[in-house]
Amino acid sequence: MSNLAQKNLVVVEHDNNEVAIATLNAVTAAQQIGGDIDLLIAGENCAAVAEAAAKIAGVASVKVADNAIFGHHLAENLASLIVDCAAGYSHVLAAATTFGKNVMPRASALLDKAQISEIVEVKSPDTFVRPIYAGNALATVQSSDSIKMITVRTIKFEAAAAEGGSATIEAISSGSDSGLSSWVSQAVSNNDQVDLTSAKIVISGGRGMQSGDNFHMLHSLADKLGAAVGASRAAVDSGFVPNEFQVGQTGKVIAPDLYIAVGISGAIQHLAGMKESKVIVAINNDSEAPIFQVADYGLVADLFEAVPELDAALSN
Amino acid sequence: MKILVCVKRVLDPQVKARVKADGSGVDLANAKMTMNPFDENALEESLRLREAGTVDEIIVVSVGGGKTDETLRHGLAMGADRAIQVVTDEALEPLAIAKVLKSIVDKEAPGLVLAGKQAIDDDSNQTAQMLAALLGWSQSTFISDLKVDADTATTIREVDAGLETIRVKLPAVISVDLRLNEPRYVKLPDVMKAKRKPMDKIELDSLGLDTANRMTTIEVIAPEARAAGVIVNSVSELVDKLRNEAKVI
Repeated sequence: MSNLAQKNLVVVEHDNNEVAIATLNAVTAAQQIGGDIDLLIAGENCAAVAEAAAKIAGVASVKVADNAIFGHHLAENLASLIVDCAAGYSHVLAAATTFGKNVMPRASALLDKAQISEIVEVKSPDTFVRPIYAGNALATVQSSDSIKMITVRTIKFEAAAAEGGSATIEAISSGSDSGLSSWVSQAVSNNDQVDLTSAKIVISGGRGMQSGDNFHMLHSLADKLGAAVGASRAAVDSGFVPNEFQVGQTGKVIAPDLYIAVGISGAIQHLAGMKESKVIVAINNDSEAPIFQVADYGLVADLFEAVPELDAALSN
Repeated sequence: MKILVCVKRVLDPQVKARVKADGSGVDLANAKMTMNPFDENALEESLRLREAGTVDEIIVVSVGGGKTDETLRHGLAMGADRAIQVVTDEALEPLAIAKVLKSIVDKEAPGLVLAGKQAIDDDSNQTAQMLAALLGWSQSTFISDLKVDADTATTIREVDAGLETIRVKLPAVISVDLRLNEPRYVKLPDVMKAKRKPMDKIELDSLGLDTANRMTTIEVIAPEARAAGVIVNSVSELVDKLRNEAKVI
């Protein structure tokens, strides 16, 4: 297939103010597929998002459905809109965030198309690589569907340039309220920490931290390094930190330049979320902990001594 | 209310998947298999809804061949009332599974369908959303809290930014995350009791559905292993390595 045959529609994730960085990764995946790239924005009072999206490098046109029914990205309304807009496209993509994972399968089924989840590589316009078994295997799959419905694992695609494009903006009036679901509230933890998914350095704590209070040690270290703080599922389940800190198969998949695992044993499910990190440090008092098998630098030590010492060393 | 819980037989989460040498897939021969962990959470929640008097019948359903019935027996031992196995040896894609489940829903007319948010083998995270789409029902995904009222369910979703509460009209399809509950352990008397509970077996072909796969698996390989690391002896050595060798701080 030549690139001329491809036409990509990327579903933009946003908060009605800003384009989510993850969308820029999805745009890069679309660039690798080749052909035109259009964006679809559904939101409420989201003109600022449309203006920002039109500047993304390589984008031809931005379709904007500005309507209160899209304000909270409810899957039922948004999936119907994607279906309305999908005609003429060979590929519809979204980032594999909780936003994309929620809506894309619904749109895919309405279109009677399979979905190719969490691609990590574009081999050709119809062939993609995706991780299975918590990343312990990589499957290369070829799709025969006329529209390829794709979610993109963000860490494997560089973000497209947010500036440099000059796409046209087209308002679309499509969409109606399904009446099936309603948004009630959102609880975002009150923290001003560095964004976990885009941080260059991440320091994560596990069950070994023993309490939520002890995470202050990691936050102190993070402040010195400009790092984000993450956690294993065990630490989240123990109530030390909220779920949005979680790194792993059921949390966020990240690939920072430096990942420091503190008091984390290294279950398969945790490794699935961080083993693509460039450099991994493990600090754990159990020398048999599986985390040491993926660590570039391992320190077998009591974290309650090692972390303050590290903090002090970085203050110098 | 009748509730349908969708479950899948998968490789035990404690077992590391091993890729076959010929690149055709993951070697499951003689591997320890179990109910998908997220599906256990879904089933546990249905049991709690029954204990609270909200639900009066729990059906577990699975699509597969081989020993899929063992996984369903486990569901019955946990406390489901009856089981349905749609029998096929084909490895169906999520869209096809959703079509099969829709046909079961059409027949059983549950007020609520629960499923795990993803199966830990193919990690697709699609089936519940697709089933909701095909049924034209509301959906809530990745939930960690569920309250069921007369004609709505209020759910707390685990999303990237934190927790989102949405209310969905019933009937609904809801996919669950691990923090929803702690699944109960099965006791021996429950295992014995489960043997007498009804299990329907339906041949996939008898449903007359288009379940053809849309994807061809070209190859399955193991990811590149990380190079072996080193054990450092002190914090100062670690800082030195990070500054001067890895150059990441």
